[in-house]
Amino acid sequence: MEDSIVREIVVAARPERVWEVLTTPEYLPRWFTADTAEIDLRPGGSLVLKWAEHGTGLARVERVEEPSLFSFRWALEPGVEPTPGEETLVEFTLAEKGDGTLLRVVESGFSTLDRPAEKQEWHRERNVDGWRQVLEAIGGHFQE
Amino acid sequence: MITDPGPVFTALADPTRRSVLTRLASGGAASATVLARDLPVTRQAVVQHLAVLDAAGLTRAHRHGREVLHEVRSEALTGAARWMTTIARQWDDRLAAIAILAEEP
Repeated sequence: MEDSIVREIVVAARPERVWEVLTTPEYLPRWFTADTAEIDLRPGGSLVLKWAEHGTGLARVERVEEPSLFSFRWALEPGVEPTPGEETLVEFTLAEKGDGTLLRVVESGFSTLDRPAEKQEWHRERNVDGWRQVLEAIGGHFQE
Repeated sequence: MITDPGPVFTALADPTRRSVLTRLASGGAASATVLARDLPVTRQAVVQHLAVLDAAGLTRAHRHGREVLHEVRSEALTGAARWMTTIARQWDDRLAAIAILAEEP
């Protein structure tokens, strides 16, 4: 188990159609509930989401493999560029399932979210295996 | 308000710190000396790990006679778990919205 969140859904549409919804500025703001979205759909391209109430979310496109893989790194705080220590990785995978698509999202990298005192440390400590078991074990210990 | 869980996750990224934390959770408050006896690291290393756990709000120290005992604090951990749950729920909402948009005729 890693420091990640994994969620999935089966969509009654072809992967090509799901890809369009995932990656185009026409649809992005609608499922992200943002006011507007701009995307430069290529590795290293920028993804900018704007919310009137939350500010601007900045992300950098990581992988674009139509129609099966789309990923980006996004910053935790509004208005901040995604950089190591400030970002998590969001990865969508699309797989055919019958007539539809199994759409999975994995958000990972929570253990690398950083604080100045820990700046040097996290570079060395990327081994996060098992942290979640601890979280669950200790969380359970305190749940009355 | 859910606080930034970064320090909690960073603190938990180290296997020795996870061992220290599980040891304190299962065995109750303990001194660095006792912890070092149970773990394959020096007392000095344990003290350093406890400082990181303290800073992340995962443990706290208190004096008991001549000893300094360390104990687990559940609040930071609960906060991090709640934060993860919130993020997961947000993704569920977004995936559901993607499905509705993709399935539109």
